[in-house]
Amino acid sequence: MRVELQVNGRREEADVEPRCTLLDCLRETLGLKGTHAGCEHGVCGACTVLVDGEPARSCLMLAVQADGHGITTIEGLSPAPGELSVLQDAFCETHGLQCGYCTPGMILAGHALLARTLNPTRAEIVDAISGNLCRCTGYGQIVEAIALAAERLRSVNLKAGET
Amino acid sequence: MKPVAFDYVRPTSISEACALLAGDDGARIIAGGQTLIPMLAMRLARPTRLVDIARIPDLAFIRDEGEGVTIGAVTRQSVAERDPIVGTKLPLLAKALPWVGHRATRVRGTVGGSIANGDPAGEIPLVAVTLRATITVQDASGVADLAAGEFYLGSMITALPEGAIVTSVRFPVWTKGRVGAGFHEVSARRNDFALVASAAQVALDADGRCTALSVGIGGAADTPVRLEAVSEALLGSRLDEAVVQRAVVAGLDDLATLDDLHASAAYRKRVATTVARRAILEARQEALGGQHAR
Repeated sequence: MRVELQVNGRREEADVEPRCTLLDCLRETLGLKGTHAGCEHGVCGACTVLVDGEPARSCLMLAVQADGHGITTIEGLSPAPGELSVLQDAFCETHGLQCGYCTPGMILAGHALLARTLNPTRAEIVDAISGNLCRCTGYGQIVEAIALAAERLRSVNLKAGET
Repeated sequence: MKPVAFDYVRPTSISEACALLAGDDGARIIAGGQTLIPMLAMRLARPTRLVDIARIPDLAFIRDEGEGVTIGAVTRQSVAERDPIVGTKLPLLAKALPWVGHRATRVRGTVGGSIANGDPAGEIPLVAVTLRATITVQDASGVADLAAGEFYLGSMITALPEGAIVTSVRFPVWTKGRVGAGFHEVSARRNDFALVASAAQVALDADGRCTALSVGIGGAADTPVRLEAVSEALLGSRLDEAVVQRAVVAGLDDLATLDDLHASAAYRKRVATTVARRAILEARQEALGGQHAR
């Protein structure tokens, strides 16, 4: 089946089998390997992407279901080639990652939170990443990274969606 | 690709979807897919064809009908969670929705999908049974209304006729007295499956006496259970903690709780007693505080 997706603002067409997940379509058909395949049955959150701006698990969505929707992957967050978004930079600064496997999903979940509010409470940050497993950091520095990015974004004249 | 190969169709009307289901025994409905897709990945589900109803416009709505609020089956859980009608008219559903899965699954998961799936630990079926919701189903031969209390037959087994689709759920709105809602849940991890959950809604008169009470338990048995005896015992009382505790203990006495590797039957019974008491007391507190009063 032919599907048309807006991936990171670019129109992409793909010919996929109905059983192909959005995750497989992004990684294998479109070559966007930044979205990580973890458990592949909706437990770990490593494959989190944004569907029309909201976090969703790309392993729990068929590519054909995503037809016509806007998808944001980790590749779509950097403002320019070789640069990091404020949130990505905050993850580096606070050591919010070790092996990096969960990081794209964590960052997209955090990005969606910061698009809603630049004043998240700790509880809101924890809730936003509660569907994402990390086996390295113990989560402390990830929470810190999102809080730091929120603080930085509050102090500049960026709109919430432009993290 | 992990699932078996299947066809995929995206009908544009309910009747077209019903015809597709009637014409193929191996066809299954997909709406949000948050339960079905893991089952596909593990090949526990092997459909020949998926009928995607998520884009049927007649199935996505939240309608205030005065005495009730009707929610279309493919309404996303996250949409219902933020909906002002749900927030003001269905305080119990509004309290329960943030407990459903995770944010990233609520964005895709649908209200009707959760109803039709019939997970005994599901929060939306629990609220439907507790509030005596009406589930509307449709197949090629017509439309029928089923009482939520008679819809759940066992773990993930429902009275939904073969080839039928859940099209909407109607939750009654409480309009008399000061209304409050309470929801409590215990799970191994945040937003994981409920080991036990309890939902309660109360109405109090001007004196603070209970004029209506609905309380239900989910996750403890193989279907959500409405605790009729507890409601009856507490009507007319002021819902003092000791009175509530006694009523809940008595009301749960003959409930056969599940025993599995996650929790023993005795543990579930203890937790059920605690969460039911907390849910009722929280609902009372909210009613006294005047929230959701009309």
